[in-house]
Amino acid sequence: MSRLLVGPFNRVEGDLEVSLDIADGRVTSAQVNATMYRGFEQILQGKAPHDALVYVPRICGICSVSQSVASARALADLGGIAMPANGQHATNLILATENLADHLTHFYLFFMPDFARPVYAAHPWHAEAVRRFAPDHGEQVRAATAARQRWLTLLGTLGGKWPHTQSVEPGGSTRAIDAAERVRLLAKVREFRGFLERQLFAAPLETVAALETEAALWDWHAQDPLGGDLRFFLTLVRDLQLDTLGPGPGRYLSYGAYAQPGGGWALPGGVWRTQTGEVEVLNPRVITEDATHAWLAHAREPLHPLHGITRPEPDKPGAYTWNKAPRLGGQVVETGAIARQLTSGMPLVRDAVARHGGTVYTRVLARLIELARVVPMMEDWLQAIRPTEAFCVPTTLPDEGSGVGLSEAARGSLGHWLVVRRGRIANYQIVAPTSWNFSPRDAAGTPGALEQALVDAPVREGEQTPVAVQHIVRSFDPCMVCTVH
Amino acid sequence: MNVLWLQSGGCGGCSMSLLCADTTDFQGHLRDGGVNLLWHPSLSMASGEEVIALLHSVLDGGTRLDALCVEGSLLRGPHGTGRFHMLAGTGLPMIHWVRELAAKAAHVLAVGSCAAWGGITAGGDNPTDACGLQYEDDRLGGLLGADFRSGSGLPVINIAGCPTHPSWVIDTLMALAADGFAADDLDPLNRPRFYADQLVHHGCTRNEYYEFKASAEKPSDLGCMMEHMGCKGTQVHADCNTRLWNGEGSCTRGGYACIACTEPGFQEPGHPFHETPKLAGIPIGLPTDMPKAWFVALASLSKSATPKRVKNNAVADHLVVKPAVRKTRLK
Ligand code: SF4
Ligand code: SF4
Repeated sequence: MSRLLVGPFNRVEGDLEVSLDIADGRVTSAQVNATMYRGFEQILQGKAPHDALVYVPRICGICSVSQSVASARALADLGGIAMPANGQHATNLILATENLADHLTHFYLFFMPDFARPVYAAHPWHAEAVRRFAPDHGEQVRAATAARQRWLTLLGTLGGKWPHTQSVEPGGSTRAIDAAERVRLLAKVREFRGFLERQLFAAPLETVAALETEAALWDWHAQDPLGGDLRFFLTLVRDLQLDTLGPGPGRYLSYGAYAQPGGGWALPGGVWRTQTGEVEVLNPRVITEDATHAWLAHAREPLHPLHGITRPEPDKPGAYTWNKAPRLGGQVVETGAIARQLTSGMPLVRDAVARHGGTVYTRVLARLIELARVVPMMEDWLQAIRPTEAFCVPTTLPDEGSGVGLSEAARGSLGHWLVVRRGRIANYQIVAPTSWNFSPRDAAGTPGALEQALVDAPVREGEQTPVAVQHIVRSFDPCMVCTVH
Repeated sequence: MNVLWLQSGGCGGCSMSLLCADTTDFQGHLRDGGVNLLWHPSLSMASGEEVIALLHSVLDGGTRLDALCVEGSLLRGPHGTGRFHMLAGTGLPMIHWVRELAAKAAHVLAVGSCAAWGGITAGGDNPTDACGLQYEDDRLGGLLGADFRSGSGLPVINIAGCPTHPSWVIDTLMALAADGFAADDLDPLNRPRFYADQLVHHGCTRNEYYEFKASAEKPSDLGCMMEHMGCKGTQVHADCNTRLWNGEGSCTRGGYACIACTEPGFQEPGHPFHETPKLAGIPIGLPTDMPKAWFVALASLSKSATPKRVKNNAVADHLVVKPAVRKTRLK
């Protein structure tokens, strides 16, 4: 048996190190180390509650809006604030713009470039992978970067700037949209739709979203195996067996995405188990964080985030990461687009996961399907805006109380829990999507989702940074800065 | 120009912002400007041992380093060990790598307010002992020390902002690649003058409201946000309202106050961000070049002369009184 220390991983947000035990060309055990700690939960203590809206977006530059939305929701919960319909639509548009930008960035800039690596030079598709996805020169990488830049101009109007948009408030959005702007924003959504339909799918979004079974998906693929980047990816899935790589725990968590003015969600959440194939209602009270293997103080029992503590203990024996281990009713769960598509009832993703489980293939597929599903929703939300009506109600917060804000970032479920005493933040705890997916072992020694997914990954002769490990790690679209905040 | 980009105690937002640069071909734009990215954590192929080999090659002189860009603050804690951020795969703290690499670089750039001053990461009681490359808030020093000069003889160039604007970074890199950057191009805090000699207030769409002290009272109101909503735009160095963000935005155009994110110490204003601290009803943070008595006199005069249109629109989220259309030709 040999040991490999792998890092720094690039094309993930933040710094990540993985230590692997290897025997007979396979990973036998993995430990995931989030190597940086900044202490946002400590910084927030003693602040005026509304100030959280300045600090929390700066936890993360890739999903700053997700952090804002979770925080605004926690403050709204604290103050019993309900936003007007326009505020809800504007908030959803802002969040969806960021989430879809993340999916695009992840696929084109972070995930696909690995297939342009020389280790794949012998495969028939390699030259095409280089042409499309070589970082720096790849045609599709460059086109996607341009599409992303244009896409994020939506946030110039909707939110003033991105990242670190501060227009998201508990009472709505501080930037009202007038009728002419609404039309202009619609045109930008259509421009993005055009990019997706020409480059990524080589098909209308509705055609992709209507694929209901794996059989239908592979039929569609067979029509033109290199047409568009999704089908190109599917070609690689078959050739490299990405459908067996990096299996997840088979339990998926989504808090529900894009709250609707009348109640409910555009993508309803819950807990999905592959075993039963059913959505269970989520009970947020059974969420805990276990800090046994983190360089952080830990209590005797894993704590619910409302009572959570975050205090660094850099010399703690047995610890190997700055990340705590979140658990749902004591169990490891996976979160992300795959979870949202499962709980919201997307038939193709349900079918694919039923056959293959959570793998590199199904995680990436779910992300791309989400692009096809959410863009048309955004068009509807824009149509639903009533330019002469209110976008925001003022925020008044009590001096004592607590609030919970549950939301969905591109990479999964994000929760903020806040306690206010004498008008100041007494406790603020954040459980980020990658905290779930990249969690370390808990007190029982149970490894987190990625730690499990890496077991059995192939390691080629002489590989120091095994390419299969890189595919698995990146298939989760991790965000290390959120993980450890 | 060989550029190496490292990230430490920040959020990666300055890189994400950079990718929003106003060009149809980001990668080609950099290349055409003479910028060769040796490695960037989000944009390069190299991972793991390939990166570590590159860093060693810079240190032993095999690879020339023209510009070292550091994003994120430098985490000196706990107890000066730097262990709050170990560079993955190396067993060494990031501050070690930054010190060594800075000594080899012709130019050193602090990208964003974290790397410039410590920034948001240094908030609260600064649990990680975060600092900037050459400043700790507005005090010279930081990780590299007050006397540090890069190979070119310049101090650390502070492209401050949280995040920093993509074109502040691109313009600086392009100027360096073209050898068009000298000590007088830096302001007293070593920020590039091309953006730091401006104020956020310049070009703000709320300027007419400001003139009449017609003030916003709640989020989403159209009025000036200086009097009640914490806007620091009249004092803050940056051209956000003339060099817009993401096509057409800025904080004030987005409906929220300027929080001074290009200035040292912005993370601890000593008051809630969205409220203007006042003394006897007068904002404490007045425009730096305006005597208080003048401000008070002008404000009361202009308030008494505020047109109904400006007054009413200031407290609404869309125009409730439109500018009148005159029937005669304008003179
Ligand atoms: S300056 Fe702001 S945007 Fe840049 S890394 Fe620091 S927190 Fe992130
Ligand atoms: S909102 Fe701020 S930047 Fe705009 S006019 Fe008022 S003080 Fe100036």
